[in-house]
Amino acid sequence: MSSRNAILDSLRKSVVPPASRPAPMIGTRYADPLKQFEETLTAVGGRLVRGGDLASLDVYANAPKVASLVPGVPSRNVDLHAIQDPHELDGVDVAVIPGEFGVAENGAVWVPGEILAPHRAIFVIAQHLILVVPSDQIVDNLHQAYERIQWRPNSFGILISGPSKTADIEQSLVMGAHGARSCTVILVAQ
Amino acid sequence: MTGHAEKAAAFAANESRTHWHDESLWFVRVKRDRQAASIPEWEALREAASAIKTHTLSRLADYLEEFERNATANGIHVHWARDAAEHNAIVHQILASHNVTRLVKSKSMLTEECHLNPYLEARGIEVTDTDLGERIVQLRKEPPSHIVLPAIHLKKEDIGELFHIELGTEKGASDPKYLTEAARGHLRSKFMEAQAGLTGVNFAVAETGGVVVCTNEGNADMGTSLPPLHIACMGMEKLIPRAEDLAVFLRLLARSGTGQPVTTYTSHFNGPLPGGEMHVVIVDNGRSRILGQPTFRSSLGCIRCGACMNTCPVYRRSGGYSYGYIVPGPIGSILAPQRDPEKYASLPFASSLCGSCTDVCPVKIDLHQQLLAFRKKLVDLKVVPLQKRLGMAGLGFVLSRPWLYRMSGSLLRAVMPVLPRGLVYGAWNRWGVQRELPAMPKESFRDLIGKELS
Amino acid sequence: MPSVGLFIPCYVDQLYPQVGLATLRILRRLGFNVEFPPEQTCCGQPMANSGCDAAARPLAERFLAIFGKYDHVVAPSGSCVSMVRNHYDHWLHGKPRFEHLRDNTFELCEYLTGVVKVTKIDGDFPFKVGLQMSCHGLRELRLARSSEQMTAPYNKVRQLLSQLRGIEIVDLLRPDECCGFGGAFAVDEEAVSCLMGRDRIEDHARAGAEVIVGYDMSCLMHLDGLIRRAERAQRVMHVAEILEKAQLA
Repeated sequence: MSSRNAILDSLRKSVVPPASRPAPMIGTRYADPLKQFEETLTAVGGRLVRGGDLASLDVYANAPKVASLVPGVPSRNVDLHAIQDPHELDGVDVAVIPGEFGVAENGAVWVPGEILAPHRAIFVIAQHLILVVPSDQIVDNLHQAYERIQWRPNSFGILISGPSKTADIEQSLVMGAHGARSCTVILVAQ
Repeated sequence: MTGHAEKAAAFAANESRTHWHDESLWFVRVKRDRQAASIPEWEALREAASAIKTHTLSRLADYLEEFERNATANGIHVHWARDAAEHNAIVHQILASHNVTRLVKSKSMLTEECHLNPYLEARGIEVTDTDLGERIVQLRKEPPSHIVLPAIHLKKEDIGELFHIELGTEKGASDPKYLTEAARGHLRSKFMEAQAGLTGVNFAVAETGGVVVCTNEGNADMGTSLPPLHIACMGMEKLIPRAEDLAVFLRLLARSGTGQPVTTYTSHFNGPLPGGEMHVVIVDNGRSRILGQPTFRSSLGCIRCGACMNTCPVYRRSGGYSYGYIVPGPIGSILAPQRDPEKYASLPFASSLCGSCTDVCPVKIDLHQQLLAFRKKLVDLKVVPLQKRLGMAGLGFVLSRPWLYRMSGSLLRAVMPVLPRGLVYGAWNRWGVQRELPAMPKESFRDLIGKELS
Repeated sequence: MPSVGLFIPCYVDQLYPQVGLATLRILRRLGFNVEFPPEQTCCGQPMANSGCDAAARPLAERFLAIFGKYDHVVAPSGSCVSMVRNHYDHWLHGKPRFEHLRDNTFELCEYLTGVVKVTKIDGDFPFKVGLQMSCHGLRELRLARSSEQMTAPYNKVRQLLSQLRGIEIVDLLRPDECCGFGGAFAVDEEAVSCLMGRDRIEDHARAGAEVIVGYDMSCLMHLDGLIRRAERAQRVMHVAEILEKAQLA
């Protein structure tokens, strides 16, 4: 017998009493989700910028190599579509990526994989991350988030909450473990 | 064979370091409390998480088949392993068929359980653990001492010294920021050279046929978006039915484990990179046996958050290595003796049964009740020391006979005060090593109650 | 008035008779007809917590035979009451009077607050007090909300004591961490047990507690043993010893 069938058989041999699924949760709502989003994002080491003036952001303005996936925001010294091998993205200073929506309770931004084409690595390999999110697309909590997400076959998607971080050395929080050293979320009017 | 108590005593002998360890973990528990308190429906969330796990376990085989179907449709290769050996062989076969000699791994307790690293290394594959804490213990040739905080037992000076030798950092440097930066550079070169990435699985979703991996560092994403080959290894209890269930578990996981609202990266892998390959290895390795035990079944609901370790007053003062198993603390003390009751017989006794683990557990596993139940199981298996079993039988004999109980009590109270201190506090008296015995009253309550009522 | 069977745990009977007497006096003064069935010994917890069910079970059966006849059973111990309420089921379920016994065996504080519904406590206790919220009373009897739980806070012991004149109940850094007694754990894991105990004592001391008050003499015996060995100034008291001196109504 294959291992697959042996495992499934042994599971089915156990008599486990039936148990129903719980009712869906509603989850906390916030009086001002945007304010909550900003507070949480700040608490996890990120930064919120209201209004879309990228040029005024130091992290963007002074970066030699910028890879942008946001329409209307030009890349700088990087041509994402000309790159064949994602390893060549090492050295990108800033990635500017559109996020679909933000989550107030945890400061996360949902980025569907399709947005990241042609190279998924861009969100994590860049030294700094700028996420551009429509200001009216902030949900309260993860229950609402998962209600919205559309699952396509053979896809990728990621929730990003602040910069890459670690506290593995004596519980000291350090930003920039492997991924982005900073995470700026820019809210733009739709 | 030394059990938990001996190793714990050795750890606790360095009292200032033990207090430092205790405070480090208590700090995480306090952060957890703050995060949990920010969610008014916290207890309802725990209830929902528990119910989803119970439901999933009630039809695990069906959901595994659903997962396999949907994962295959996503272009993922699904493998099944009955045990650790089969798991290791499958992973090796996948790597060998792609001529992989350099593998980067993100955190996976399952691969620790299966001892995958030495298996692959013996076959010529360089394995790099990329979670900073895991990399630290890997360079020290140690196992992790905590499932979420692998290097929690180490001081920054220990790590500074290690990095000086291994990564060439400045001698004596111990600033966490500096050391983390050094590790970032070192590990980035490993990511750039890797031919494959291996991850654990926090959740596998039957409905979507995808897996979800949570990290703060981004190492799972580096390891799966640069090389074209991704292998995800999961214990089969990681399955949940629906994507909407992720909301329940993700709201609990990081808040419980590290006191964060969510991990930095929550990556949903529903298929391979374009032009790449993705494999999921589903592992039993004793889990189906646990499913058949009603008392211990709910331990399969564990989401490996580590909260029971952070809150456990014994773990905090005895360290992860005192348990001698890859998963320490309360949950490990239930899982380990499932694997080898004799070898891990001391673990269910390495608890004061205070129940803090039960109250903190985000999926409401009745951990301390299971520790208690395991004690009985170990006594029935006769792997608990004979001395203890005879002692308890003797005590039971005395306590079942009121006259014998009264006589023994009177004798004890009469004799103890007149014995020389050296004899009372002799080597036999484990209680008295650091503690005084209670003062012996002349009369017991039952001696006095007559007077009281008359 | 319901009939009350007084359950005095074995170690309280032998080592802390004053705690048994205090409990008896409190209940009698409230007008209860209290009986102490003399054939009682032990609830079986030491054996059960060591996994030795064969040795524990006869004690559970004796307990039912001795106490099953009372309307209520009251004991000055959270741990032993939890044994009866939460750990007898698999031996005794279906036995006559068992469900009644299980549901009507009370720890003293929960009896006073929940059943007797004492509302007025008249007395003095002009000391700084640290509460030692022993684990089984806390997390198995729910005498208070545990610090892990995110529900509305309450504490039945504090509710009783806080009415005393002059008492100051201090705030601990860790309000309900285990003292490390744990029955056989206290000797099996002697090193960790004693470290846990010393850490508790230190927390109480830092908060300024002169008296460590609890509802389980076993935990207090452990802390007292450490305090006396270290020749510290604190003392331990059972909550019954304090309430005995007050007028309850």
